Amino acid sequence: MKHIVIIGNGISGVTAARHIRKQKDYRITLISSESQYFFSRTALMYIYMGHMTYENTKPYEDWFWKKNRLELLFAHVEKVDTDTKTLHLDTGDNVTYDRLIIACGSKPNRFGWPGQDLEGVQGLYSKQDLEMLERNAPNNKQCPHAVIIGGGLIGIELAEMLSTRKIPVTFLVREKNFWGNILPPEDAALIEEHIREHHIDLRLSTELKEIEADENGRCRAVITNTGERIECQLVGLTAGVSPNIDFLKDSKIELGRGVKVNRYLETNIADVFAIGDCAEQTETSGKRRPIEAVWYTGRMMGEVVAQTICGRRTPYQPGHWFNSAKFFDIEYQTYGWVWPEPSENEKQLFWKHPSGKKAIRLAYDKNTKHLLGLNSFGIRIRHEVIDQWLTEKRKLSYVIENFKEALFEPEFFGTYKEDLRMIKNQFATV
Amino acid sequence: MSEYKIDHNMALTGEPPKSLDTWQKLAVLIGMSGLGILLLATLNINFPDKTLWLTISLSALATGILLFSYREYQGKSKGIKNDGVWFKSISSRGLWAWLSGIALTGFYIVLYFFPQYLGLNPDGENTGVISLFDPLSKVLSGNPASQWFVYGVLYTIAILAFGIKFLYKYRHNRYERLRTFSVMFFQTAFAFLIPELMLRLNNPDLPYYDLKNIWPLNYYNFEQYRVDQFISAGTIGIALLIFGVLSILVITPILTYKYGKRWYCSWVCGCGGLAETAGDPFRHLSDKSLFAWRVERWVVHSVLVFVVLMTTAVIYTYLGYDADKYWLNREFFLISVASGLTILFALIWYFKKDELEKDAKYGAVTYLAIILGLIVIHYLSGSNVFLFQAETLRSTYAFLIGAIFSGVIGTGFYPIFGNRVWCRFGCPMAAILGIQQRLFSRFRITTNGGQCISCGNCSTYCEMGIDVRAYAQKGQNIIRASCVGCGICSAVCPRGVLKLENGSRDNRINSDGVLLGNDVDLLDHIRDYDPTRSPRKE
Repeated sequence: MKHIVIIGNGISGVTAARHIRKQKDYRITLISSESQYFFSRTALMYIYMGHMTYENTKPYEDWFWKKNRLELLFAHVEKVDTDTKTLHLDTGDNVTYDRLIIACGSKPNRFGWPGQDLEGVQGLYSKQDLEMLERNAPNNKQCPHAVIIGGGLIGIELAEMLSTRKIPVTFLVREKNFWGNILPPEDAALIEEHIREHHIDLRLSTELKEIEADENGRCRAVITNTGERIECQLVGLTAGVSPNIDFLKDSKIELGRGVKVNRYLETNIADVFAIGDCAEQTETSGKRRPIEAVWYTGRMMGEVVAQTICGRRTPYQPGHWFNSAKFFDIEYQTYGWVWPEPSENEKQLFWKHPSGKKAIRLAYDKNTKHLLGLNSFGIRIRHEVIDQWLTEKRKLSYVIENFKEALFEPEFFGTYKEDLRMIKNQFATV
Repeated sequence: MSEYKIDHNMALTGEPPKSLDTWQKLAVLIGMSGLGILLLATLNINFPDKTLWLTISLSALATGILLFSYREYQGKSKGIKNDGVWFKSISSRGLWAWLSGIALTGFYIVLYFFPQYLGLNPDGENTGVISLFDPLSKVLSGNPASQWFVYGVLYTIAILAFGIKFLYKYRHNRYERLRTFSVMFFQTAFAFLIPELMLRLNNPDLPYYDLKNIWPLNYYNFEQYRVDQFISAGTIGIALLIFGVLSILVITPILTYKYGKRWYCSWVCGCGGLAETAGDPFRHLSDKSLFAWRVERWVVHSVLVFVVLMTTAVIYTYLGYDADKYWLNREFFLISVASGLTILFALIWYFKKDELEKDAKYGAVTYLAIILGLIVIHYLSGSNVFLFQAETLRSTYAFLIGAIFSGVIGTGFYPIFGNRVWCRFGCPMAAILGIQQRLFSRFRITTNGGQCISCGNCSTYCEMGIDVRAYAQKGQNIIRASCVGCGICSAVCPRGVLKLENGSRDNRINSDGVLLGNDVDLLDHIRDYDPTRSPRKE
């Protein structure tokens, strides 16, 4: 019987395993040194905030794996030998495979800042990171002040987490706007205001210069590029993530920033595939980036690679870009492409609710007038409607006229009437 | 293999903030003093001015709850307020949870089985805590209080005060607010004021009738003493009796078809009302395992069968020995019940067979066979209905289900098992509505394309123990018999994935759902975009 081995038990690896099992009777083994069972990384923040327990983050009950004959190996892969199709584990054991799927995920970026390896300096990606955070910042007595470096999604999550334990946070963002490489300035401003409402000391256009150590090798303060010294007991490094592929350096698998794969998620070595955060696409789809560390792309790659492994060679075609996040209390969704600076031929419309908590941005082609993308804040949008409109290249006028159809707001929310009227008025004048 | 658990209580370094501020401590003190007065009255401390002390006590209770809530959410931006839920002793099965669980359970045991300790005296002046409520009861109905009046007042205050807390907590969510106003209204008006006033204004013969309390939840609605009261109360009484029958046979199916069982369970029902307000802090304690779901299905449907048998037996019996009093003939009644159930079963089997799980089929067939078998045995032998005395069935049901299950376990164990244990495992009304909802309703919870990140907030906060995430991450609609439509899964979802909707029944159950976003020809998995699938109103 063929042995499929998957390195990593995150959403990508687990999805691949489930979809292979749906079709084939292969032996399937998932190897992880992070957790015994699959848990949802996206929920780590809710454990720290007391919304959920670790048990709550497991999408499948523990009996699920045995019942579906998915073997789980709690070990770390130290070396991959593709000539003999052997994995060398930290336990001293070896595992041989017929097909190998690398789905080992990311690790937080560290850009060589002085002091970045001190005690009390950490990222937030893995279960171990959360456990470390629980030790570094259990409460505001042990951690009277924290500094977060990097204005992206993980940074703002960490800020929210710490604020639930009443730990004062200084949030250093290199760009002149929060998440400025993704959000247009007005969108970013809405979030910045909301961040400050939560008493986060947000410092835009500010960079980390170095982290100062105390006599025990723990972080004591950060020094910014403006020369300011901020005392802190925790430094959160949240300037993005990159593929966690150090263990593959000595293998014959071709690496770039990630594991290089073609549209079929195949590496340069036969029978070796890579999916999820760690995969680097050599031919990207549309305007998508070569590496997308997003939950759903991991899931989709898992679905696709399962098809290929089960004998139906299938390319990865992720379709229209979409994503979502929650910034404290403001939900954010995006569909299609909305660039922070309008690209060539792109024009944008922006509407903000007087409360400052809701906004819509539409991007369209200024020549053909068809919809290019949408950002929404505080308003839930129906994915399949926008996706269809993007595919059909619907005109802006159609989108505005039929905007109600694209809403996914809970019943009685009244977005229909007042907000829709405002949205239409605002956009009609353009 | 032991896995590291992130357990705050074991952390040597300290615990996250979860303590009460000074105002909240004061609020607890005020609330407890209100309870203290009731406790002292129970211990037969004589309060000279009952009206005054009752007012002080109830005001203190309400003030305590409201002040506590105000401090809890005041100054925080609108949004989900679940910070520290799993760290607080009261909401994470800690010491306070057990203490309050034991206290509540004890209260229910005394209430149901030892009302004399509360001061009930049917033959003369009440004493104890019940006498404290006499003045209020006399104002409303003209009669002295009973233990049920005391319970009704406290129940209503709990729904109102904790209802306001819930309104404040979910002030950003219009669905939650409307729903809560609704349960607060139905409890105050229908369960509490109208029946009391009806006694006073209309007719002392009329039974105490909470119009929203529908059989079989109100399992005693068709017992002889009530039916006799209805009949002797003239036109109004007959109208109420007919309303009681229409409620379950006509009104309920229509509303459940249109809106799902939520119209009742989380908008109208008193049990639901308490669960959604006072019980809200415990919703995450429900058991989400597949095992619990299996148990739920067998237990709740068994209770339904039990109540149908019991009610049939009771009605049959009194139709027998007082035959000339009622127009309904006992044989005709029994045959109607048997044929009604058979027709219902046949229709479901014919139209919905494919939607029934294997155990649902076994269960349905077995239970129908048992009911019909008992009816046939009876018909042939003419002896005791269903092998048991109707009265034995009735008193057993009243004790096991009416008192122990719905009261002692259902509410007493809120802090341990969650707030919907009765609704999920015990309520026969929920069982009927659930079957209707699963098979014949326009209601569903839809998922939003590919946005689900499997975080599990929805499952964690589902009070009915539904693993919502299991559906959402597959892009399937959530259509579960037990769903009461509280809307919290949708509220806590950080990615805007879930939406409660009433819509077309076509493709309502999309169990082959594939998530949007992957333009891959997954052959048998593929589902082209189909505008009729989306449940927007026609």
